[in-house]
Amino acid sequence: MKTESKLEKVLKAGHLAVTGECGPPRGAKPEEVIAKSKHLEGIVDAINVTDNQTAMVRMSSLAASVLIKQQGLNPLLQVTSRDRNRLAMQADIIGAYSLGIDNMLCLSGDHTKFGDHPSAMNVHDIDSIQMIQMVKDMRDKGIFQGGAELKGAPKMFIGAAANPFADPFELRVMRLEKKIEAGADFIQTQCIFNVDKFATWMEGVCKRGLHKRCYILAGVTPIKSLGAAKYMANRVPGMDVPKEIVERMASVPKEKQAEEGVTICVETIEKLKQIEGVAGFHIMAIEWEEIVKEICERAGLLPRPQV
Amino acid sequence: MITAERKPLEELIEYIKPYKRILLLGCNECVTVCAAGGRKEVGLLASGLQMAMLKNGKNIEIQQHTLERQCDPEYVEELVQMIDGADAVMSMACGCGVQQVAMRYKDKPVFPAVNTKFMGASERQGVWAERCQGCGNCLLGATGGICPIARCAKQLMNGPCGGSVTGHCEISEDVDCAWQLIWDRLKALGQTERYLEIMPAKDWRPAGGSGPRKIIREDLAE
Repeated sequence: MKTESKLEKVLKAGHLAVTGECGPPRGAKPEEVIAKSKHLEGIVDAINVTDNQTAMVRMSSLAASVLIKQQGLNPLLQVTSRDRNRLAMQADIIGAYSLGIDNMLCLSGDHTKFGDHPSAMNVHDIDSIQMIQMVKDMRDKGIFQGGAELKGAPKMFIGAAANPFADPFELRVMRLEKKIEAGADFIQTQCIFNVDKFATWMEGVCKRGLHKRCYILAGVTPIKSLGAAKYMANRVPGMDVPKEIVERMASVPKEKQAEEGVTICVETIEKLKQIEGVAGFHIMAIEWEEIVKEICERAGLLPRPQV
Repeated sequence: MITAERKPLEELIEYIKPYKRILLLGCNECVTVCAAGGRKEVGLLASGLQMAMLKNGKNIEIQQHTLERQCDPEYVEELVQMIDGADAVMSMACGCGVQQVAMRYKDKPVFPAVNTKFMGASERQGVWAERCQGCGNCLLGATGGICPIARCAKQLMNGPCGGSVTGHCEISEDVDCAWQLIWDRLKALGQTERYLEIMPAKDWRPAGGSGPRKIIREDLAE
């Protein structure tokens, strides 16, 4: 064990781990964070707390993580390299760990172009792989990125993202390898709708033995409506929603679409369970946290193991 | 080269409104090549300004001149003869030229007529694209001759991000994914294994992080 993280314990014990997601509110509304996270209580092993996702200003992921921690739940702090330089990131990581947060996810972040502050500067002092290296060195070597000694190392369980559906596909396995080399302990993937393509990627991952060097949590998302399916298929860069999924959503009446989306999600999880190297699931039910319980129940992921 | 684009006429008129005699100053280097501030553009802007001012019932005198290199004090010195005949200078050079003139002729207002854009290369007739950010520590040798600092929207030194789709950057279909280009080059060179090398966090001091930069060549400096 590299950390005291509950998520690491679940994975280390060989259970299929489950993580969920909670997007902080666009305003000082702590009750919203608490309400969202309560939907995930007892359902997931850790709750990702997004960091100004889609480049829109929200309550900081650190503050929202603390609110979730105060509910006795287990937050997973997302940090993007878009908004902070290496000084600010390290300060936040030390602060987060001091407040009991021991999981984090290192991301580059959506470009500011997509958000509500398109005139802001993108920082990108370091990239996501360099961020992984930095956190690992803080944890394992007890040094800051600048080289100075750090007293009271933050023992973070270090996560990274992988998108097997982005291009060029042929380097996506090598890119995962770079993240593992840098120090990633676990991976959460982009939402998987194209299971065949994901399986092809995982074949490459297993061939290089990468699934034995880190835990790979397969990302899934329940689609709430045909509109959402179309949006993800056409408007989100790096998302692969096959035509069959969109057609399936279109084949049911509007009031049944959410139910169909949940069924697709559960079926996807069942298929992913059969793929070698999948260590768990990251369920991203955006603004639909209350549905995660049903998905986990139907996918046989409950009760969560006590570790 | 350094690329630039002419500012809108309305903005330029605002600058020169209080003055009667303007020295409009072009540069024969980069801004000539990118058709923003050479002799030809000086002529065009001079008549444009004059007409616009006339419309407002004001007659201004515009003296046109194009220096060989506005960023070079030796050429800026030439203006000594004509500067007294002007109430203000409008420079069509890049920001370096504007500042060189302002530093030399301290009591003359100097206004920029162009927006200096980036260090770029010509892609085809009339199209220039950013290629270099002058980061002070060139890494093109490791990236197949394609710069991720200047050409990746996130400046990822270990890209591509998850938004690269069919060779395009997530920000626009009109922008190539720099890391797709790097990967294509590494493949063509038979060096795909280089992709696995992790590029460490960049030292931004040579890129300007340690303040304004200067080169002093002891062998040349007087």
